[in-house]
Amino acid sequence: MEGLFFNVNSGFLEGIVRGYKSGTLTQSHYASLTQCETLEDFKTQLSATDYGNFLANEPSPLSTTTIADKATQILVDQFNFLRSNSVEPLSKFLDYITYGYMIDNRDTHELLERCHPLGIFDTMPALCVATNVEELYQSVLVETPLGICPGMTPTLNTKYHDQRPISVIASLLLILTDMNIEIIRNTVYKAYLEDFYNYASTIGSTTAEVMHSILAFEADRRTINITINSFDTELTKEQRAKLFPAIGRLFPAGNNVLAKADDIDQVRQVCENVGEYRSFFDNSASAQSNGDLGDFGVAAQLEDRFFRMEVHLNKLAFLQQFQYGVFYSYVKLKEQEIRNITWIAECIAQDARDRIHDFIPIF
Amino acid sequence: MGYKTYTSFGLTTFLVIIVALYLLFTDSGEAFDVGRFLEETSPFVWGSLGIGLCIGLSVLGAGWGIFLTGASILGGGVRTPRISTKNLISIIFCEVVAIYGVIMGIVYSSKLQTVPEAQLYTRDNYFTGYALFFGGLTVGFCNLLCGLCVGVAGSTAALADAADPTLFVKVLVVEVFGSVLGLFGLIIGLLMIGNAKEFLPGSPAVSTIRI
Repeated sequence: MEGLFFNVNSGFLEGIVRGYKSGTLTQSHYASLTQCETLEDFKTQLSATDYGNFLANEPSPLSTTTIADKATQILVDQFNFLRSNSVEPLSKFLDYITYGYMIDNRDTHELLERCHPLGIFDTMPALCVATNVEELYQSVLVETPLGICPGMTPTLNTKYHDQRPISVIASLLLILTDMNIEIIRNTVYKAYLEDFYNYASTIGSTTAEVMHSILAFEADRRTINITINSFDTELTKEQRAKLFPAIGRLFPAGNNVLAKADDIDQVRQVCENVGEYRSFFDNSASAQSNGDLGDFGVAAQLEDRFFRMEVHLNKLAFLQQFQYGVFYSYVKLKEQEIRNITWIAECIAQDARDRIHDFIPIF
Repeated sequence: MGYKTYTSFGLTTFLVIIVALYLLFTDSGEAFDVGRFLEETSPFVWGSLGIGLCIGLSVLGAGWGIFLTGASILGGGVRTPRISTKNLISIIFCEVVAIYGVIMGIVYSSKLQTVPEAQLYTRDNYFTGYALFFGGLTVGFCNLLCGLCVGVAGSTAALADAADPTLFVKVLVVEVFGSVLGLFGLIIGLLMIGNAKEFLPGSPAVSTIRI
């Protein structure tokens, strides 16, 4: 029944986003891009695709960061077009997509230019003058849209306000260390994922189905990454457990086991219980015996597998019509494409052609 | 159960029960007489309602289908302008549904003739009135659902065509089958009034209403 009323408000935008999606680079494009000798060739090849002359006004010699920035700017322009033409509930859905980037833009000491443009919000310049930790907390967590997401502030409030004032100041003073910034960031991201999941459930049948599968994988991926990255660090197991989102296939049994895990074999055991994740660790055992990749190699391979799974799930979203998942999936797939062309450009620029095919093709 | 559902169903049921009990307790329970209602309602009411529903529901279905398809054609046509001409055929299929409604409306309204009140209530006139009502309802609902079906299929056809031109004809086959539903409604509607004579005055002795 969603097909009867979806087109009233969102039919035009769905057509637009599917048009954008049909302009993503295909295998043949990647084949011609990998054969480029210089970045000028690369730019010429890209001008024949939907990217057009986006690098036309750049002075040569081109740098790969310029290419990545301009390509991201195209995505941001497309997203802003969709966002400005949308009405509720699609506009709120698109806002939710940006919140994820806002969380990653949190560090006041980073230059504004390094922030992902989709995550910039109005009070961001004020962040740079926040020197006191309380101002930092106030502006990052309360005044951003994150602070007003329903369901998000209770989590943060119980974390920070239930304690006695002295220990709150003490814990806030520790924020300046990098590790605790990561804890804040991951806690906020956990709350964001759960909130997005619940919001998708309120929208309706098909959107909920599509978004649930994508967000569940996102949650599981973060859980596994947090676990693996916290081996041999000062993060205690209780702290680690609090960062796991309460959604996904690994919730709750897998999360419990991962909270107590000490090495990568236990992580592998947990993942074997879930059919879709079994293959993440499969070849890593044989590769380890073959080429002595070590833990770092396993983690890199895992990251690659995660990206492939994410691309697969996002492609599936386009098989359903009359739902909002296509907007989310388009943003993620375009991001992956930008990562791909940046990788290829880097390989060309540094003349490392043996690894030029290490990107993840989308279509 | 949401607040709105609870209020609407609850209030309606409450009013119905109050009215029923009022009739019961004031010794006018016999005022609720379905047979008398059917006999006393003029066949013109049934006939006109039928024609109104026929054209109204058909146009609703056609309009719904057109906006479903049109939004997708407009969206898909931004990047792929070639789809806009070919996909007008989906709009035409939806429009055809409204034309069926108009045809049936015209055929039915030929049965409406003026008859003085005293000579109106004959068996044949009752039959014509009911036939027009239910025939119109049938045609109207068939066309409404046909319009919806063609609209959704047309929307998918437009987006599929924008992605891959070879898909258009295949999705069009689905639409053709959908549009046949409206034709079925038209055929049955014609059959239903096949035996209905137009409204004719009866002889005064036969046509008085019982009080």
